[in-house]
Amino acid sequence: MTGTLETVEAPPRAGLLLRVLPTGMYAGRARVLVERSLLVNRRAWLAVVSGFCEPVFYLFAMGVGFGRLVGDVTGPGGEPIGYVAFVAPALLAASAMNGAVYDATFNIFFKFKYAKLYDAMLATPLGPLDVAIGEIAWALLRGGMYAFGFLAVMLAMGLIASPWALLALPAALLIAFSFAAVGMACTTFMRSWQDFDLVQLALMPMFLFSTTFFPLTVYPGPVRVVVECLPLYHAIEIMRGLCTGYVGVSILGHLLYFAAMAGIGVVVASRRLGALLLR
Amino acid sequence: MSEVDTTPRSAGRALGTGRAALIVVEGMWTWYKRNWRATVVSSVVQPVLFLLALGFGLGSQVQPTAATGGLPYVVYLAPALLVVTAVQIAAFESTYPILSAFKWQQTYLAIAASPISPGQILAGQLTWITIRLTTSGAAYLLVAGLLGTLTGPGVLLTLVVSVLTGMSFAAPVVAYSATIETEGQQFASLFRFVVMPMTLFAGAFFPVEQLPPWLRPVAWLTPVWHGTEVGRDAALGTLSWWPALGHVAFLVAVTAAGAWFAVRNFRRRLAR
Repeated sequence: MTGTLETVEAPPRAGLLLRVLPTGMYAGRARVLVERSLLVNRRAWLAVVSGFCEPVFYLFAMGVGFGRLVGDVTGPGGEPIGYVAFVAPALLAASAMNGAVYDATFNIFFKFKYAKLYDAMLATPLGPLDVAIGEIAWALLRGGMYAFGFLAVMLAMGLIASPWALLALPAALLIAFSFAAVGMACTTFMRSWQDFDLVQLALMPMFLFSTTFFPLTVYPGPVRVVVECLPLYHAIEIMRGLCTGYVGVSILGHLLYFAAMAGIGVVVASRRLGALLLR
Repeated sequence: MSEVDTTPRSAGRALGTGRAALIVVEGMWTWYKRNWRATVVSSVVQPVLFLLALGFGLGSQVQPTAATGGLPYVVYLAPALLVVTAVQIAAFESTYPILSAFKWQQTYLAIAASPISPGQILAGQLTWITIRLTTSGAAYLLVAGLLGTLTGPGVLLTLVVSVLTGMSFAAPVVAYSATIETEGQQFASLFRFVVMPMTLFAGAFFPVEQLPPWLRPVAWLTPVWHGTEVGRDAALGTLSWWPALGHVAFLVAVTAAGAWFAVRNFRRRLAR
């Protein structure tokens, strides 16, 4: 620091995409939304931490309870694996889904409709894109912490069989992002809290039936096809493959499924939000 | 010489407790008959889906062993799910609706302005929860029976036990909810750290003997454990009287203690 002139920062150069966007969409200040989320959640830390406990409770229940009733099941490579090692990756996928969907439906709906948070934000220099990026970044930050914690517990319980599991963290973020995008798109169509029963009605059967607790072979042929269409099924396939080390070409197909889901979700959500907020 | 009682009293005609409680129940029914659809998913659909997924799906991977009494897993699970669901419904019905009736909608305050006393309001509230538990339990039993997971008429006794178990959790929680002024994280924590672990670990899905020894006494303190022990034996026709009496006595005692505290807390809060 030699002179005052050097302390003045040059304005950041926006990329091509941001320069061609309609003016006012993006102010490059999405990080203040993350800061806001951190401040708000500072008082609700117990609720944040407890989101991590639920899948861990399930994991322990599987370990001490169901695991001993069941013994071994057929793993992704066709070889028998311990039941807990079979369920744990699925619980990781399911917790990524649950966290993302609840955040993108209940929380967003409340902020949008009752707290009028986004209306207030758009009255400042922030644009819709700042809001979208900031909210998604916070959701992923939170989801990433949960996934990291869960993977650490899995490692401590000796349930990780392959270094591929390192990729489970980014995979969890992709899954969470896709579910959040679709969830947010659905939220823009909701009229009242009554509609959120539908969210529950979609998530719970998916959690229970997407091969979370038992292999696909349990189902008769036609039901199998239906289950294979569910997003959580693909999430579980990815996680199970990574955590057990049976990674084949099919994982690309599963990843493609989520890329498409995220793309559709983001397009629908941003169009609808833009229409609802900037009327 | 008796002292002159100078506390102001309502000039209205006092009602008998039974009649007053029924009026409170009627009020709740009037609301519920317009909004019952919202509760069907959590009260009936959810346990049925659990029965399908865990009973049939996961159950197909479970060999009948001594742990499940030599029975198929789904038969072992069906009566326990009735008890667990009763406790979950009880937990929900005795948290937010109570706080709401004191604070947000203030229905209790309105009722207390009539000749109905705080104790009678509580009696009506607990009766209402009992009715909710009985009807949802009966609906679940009907579906479980159609799926062929029930073994005999003993499940009707299980239904009674499940309602009692639910009430033994509801009564203390109602007492607690009546003391809450602002909803922070209390209810969310109650669900995450009490209801959830109790559901998973207290003997409904697998025997508590599989828990580590230091954790078993904790399970013995939960209503779910007492309820599933009796409820399952009643459904399967393997009831032995003395242990059953012990479990039921525990549940009744907890319900009574909870109700006593609830009456006290209702009186305190509505007297202000």
